[in-house]
Amino acid sequence: MRYKSQKLAYWFFALSMLLLTLQIVYGFIMAFAHLGYDVLHPVIAFNTARAVHTNLLVVWLLSGFMGAAYYIIPEEAEHEMVNVKLGFVQLISLAVVGVIAIIGYHFNYWEGRKFLEIPRPLDYLVVINVLTFLGLIIATLYKGKKRTTTSLVLTMGLVFAALLYLPGMIWFDNQTMDSFFRWWVVHLWVEGVWELIMGGILAFLLIKITGVDREVIEKWLYVIVGLTFISGVLGTGHHYYYIGTPKYWLIIGGIFSAMEPLAFLGMALFAIAMYRKGEKKHPNKIALSWTLGTAIVSFVGAGLLGLAHTFPQVNMYTHGTLVTAMHGHLAFWGAYAMIVLAIISYSMPNMTGRKLFDSTTGVLAFWLSNIGMLGMTVAFGVAGVAQVYLERKMGLDFGDVQKEIQVHFLILIVCATMFTTGIGLFIYEFIRYGLPTDEALESVN
Amino acid sequence: MEVGKHSDEENLTAQVVRGKVLWEANNCMGCHTIMGEGAYYAPELTKVVERRGEGYMKAVLMSKTPWSPRGRKMVAYGFSEEQANDLVAFFTWIGNTDLNGFPPKPDYKSTINTK
Repeated sequence: MRYKSQKLAYWFFALSMLLLTLQIVYGFIMAFAHLGYDVLHPVIAFNTARAVHTNLLVVWLLSGFMGAAYYIIPEEAEHEMVNVKLGFVQLISLAVVGVIAIIGYHFNYWEGRKFLEIPRPLDYLVVINVLTFLGLIIATLYKGKKRTTTSLVLTMGLVFAALLYLPGMIWFDNQTMDSFFRWWVVHLWVEGVWELIMGGILAFLLIKITGVDREVIEKWLYVIVGLTFISGVLGTGHHYYYIGTPKYWLIIGGIFSAMEPLAFLGMALFAIAMYRKGEKKHPNKIALSWTLGTAIVSFVGAGLLGLAHTFPQVNMYTHGTLVTAMHGHLAFWGAYAMIVLAIISYSMPNMTGRKLFDSTTGVLAFWLSNIGMLGMTVAFGVAGVAQVYLERKMGLDFGDVQKEIQVHFLILIVCATMFTTGIGLFIYEFIRYGLPTDEALESVN
Repeated sequence: MEVGKHSDEENLTAQVVRGKVLWEANNCMGCHTIMGEGAYYAPELTKVVERRGEGYMKAVLMSKTPWSPRGRKMVAYGFSEEQANDLVAFFTWIGNTDLNGFPPKPDYKSTINTK
């Protein structure tokens, strides 16, 4: 059964695609600056590019999650979205707040706290926006016929994500305290509740694509939720090693964050097992690629590459170097970018009625973007490890080391170009699908 | 509070807080790291007072043209003398925080001639 109000998802996905494009542009600005071509410095200084790059990432992913929720919840609850007009208001206000924040960053209007740069007055608008979104989702679930585990896990993730935004809005005089609570937002989002959102979307996709029984898939979901909470909550400790906090965090953070890959390993095994078990072969091969891809790449990027520098003895040297950028890129790509691209790939044919799911363009988009991002990760990794040895072990000056590792940014740009080509093809396909129609949604089984 | 003890809460003066406000208002973390947190475009500043000294820092902070060691530009903030002092106080305070040994002392520095 499909519902007309699912069309709303399309517009959130379209916003995601637009912001992703901009995010990549700002990424190139930074890569060229690292290479020594900081030509835009007077207009877009590095700190502006950096804030725009990371904030656009957060906003496009959130827009993607919201779109996913607007698509999934009606279908799971078997009820039309309660108020589609309010959903459009929410979409537009999200876009407006995002655009104002991004423009502000070009005029020194921000709160210089990594990842939470959105200025305070706009924070309140974000809160109102998210409450509207949650209100719509929860009301639809409440009125719906069914409350499935998949929809509840997805909603729980979204509700916690909203609640966890609040500790980031408290002012502290003490930099240590400031950082301590900033991680409640940043860490508990990406290594906690966002994993629930990812798990929810992944379960939905696997139910639809593999045809395996809901009961089987949802049992796995409980395991993943459990592993996420056991490891992720105290795993926050790996951000508390060297910021002026007591020594016991070295032990707590070390032990629990070392368990964090388990949740991602669970998701990877889960996706592969369900794919093998599935008897129904869904024709949408591209959605299947992205679904299996997100499960596997998130395990490598977020799980293994995170583990690589999560122990205090290693992190002492890698903390605050390009090694972090190496892990960050493949983790966000694998876990969150790819899950959004997976739900888009799955839902577009259903919303528009066009079946473009075995086009060469789509296959190329998948491989070029993934290989490109892997190459970027390697470039960051080599630069980061070299930086660690030269600066932290040998004691060479920061600037001298940056000159030595500059060449790796050339490789980074080459790989980023490949990645961008892949994303470009994905967006080309997105546009080729056209707009969603009522007829398309009514005609699908 | 336990966290406070490590972070030298006693010496957290109004001047240090003014420095922190400037640090955030200008998104210094968008290029630099402090306590290892931030971006990786410009140097780690936790021990900057020890490494560079007050005079050098104030010259950079008050410069009217972009400071560009080895060609990598810093925004020319042109801070007033008072603001520069506030920021130096902030960095001095950060430098006195007990960070469980971070940043690590280089193992081979004494054996390498960097001149």
